[in-house]
Amino acid sequence: MSSPARPRMTGIGRVLVIVYAIMALAATGRSFVQIVRSFDEAPLAYTLSALAAGVYILATLALVFAGSPRWYRVAWIAIVFELVGVLLVGTLTFVLPELFAHPTVWSWFGAGYLFIPLVLPFFGLWWLITHRPGTRVAEVESAAVAP
Amino acid sequence: MILWFTLVQVSVAAIAGVLCIVLGLAGRRPSDLSVGALALVELLLVAQIVMALIAPAVGNPPTGSLLEYWVYLVSAALLPPAAVFWALLERSRWSTVILGIAALAVAIMVWRMHAIWTIQVA
Repeated sequence: MSSPARPRMTGIGRVLVIVYAIMALAATGRSFVQIVRSFDEAPLAYTLSALAAGVYILATLALVFAGSPRWYRVAWIAIVFELVGVLLVGTLTFVLPELFAHPTVWSWFGAGYLFIPLVLPFFGLWWLITHRPGTRVAEVESAAVAP
Repeated sequence: MILWFTLVQVSVAAIAGVLCIVLGLAGRRPSDLSVGALALVELLLVAQIVMALIAPAVGNPPTGSLLEYWVYLVSAALLPPAAVFWALLERSRWSTVILGIAALAVAIMVWRMHAIWTIQVA
């Protein structure tokens, strides 16, 4: 990590990262078990589950390094992907229950995870919008210059 | 799993979680109290690991998936040390909130572990 990224990950941003990390852990563990034990029951839902887990890991890392413009863009893509995923799969659990009505992070709009998967992307996007790379660093620098 | 121990564990983790979040939002930095609460949560998880190793051999086998149970238990046991490590890295009020979130996550995971051990038929 470069030094300008340092002050960005303090405060409430860290809380966001830890929630993402816990979701990544939960989704990874669960999709691992599902794929090992009963992949045949719902291959599509469980593949999406594993994909969701991967995107959570990516989003966690991207938020940590969001100080650099490239990771900032990755964070946007990962979080928007999640939002689309939870809305799409959440809807499909009701429309196509035979394919999607299996316990994954996104099924029933994340009800099995206290709807955290549904709420989290909005917080993530809010944080990204308010912590654009450059603006914050400039503030910190001007604050450092000021006596 | 043993029901009363699960109940104790879920209660302790939930109380520790709420306590740390309230302390954190009130502006307290990680203290002996909040870090100690997480240490207690971790101690109970280690006890649960020992019990889970012994239980199937002494006539208390799980009816659910042992694999899924262990994935949860190991993940849960990693959370408090990670949160405490973070709290030591940056001693701000948000680190106290993070301690609380980790404890609440442990409470939820232990509850689900009990469901997996006792009633899940899959």
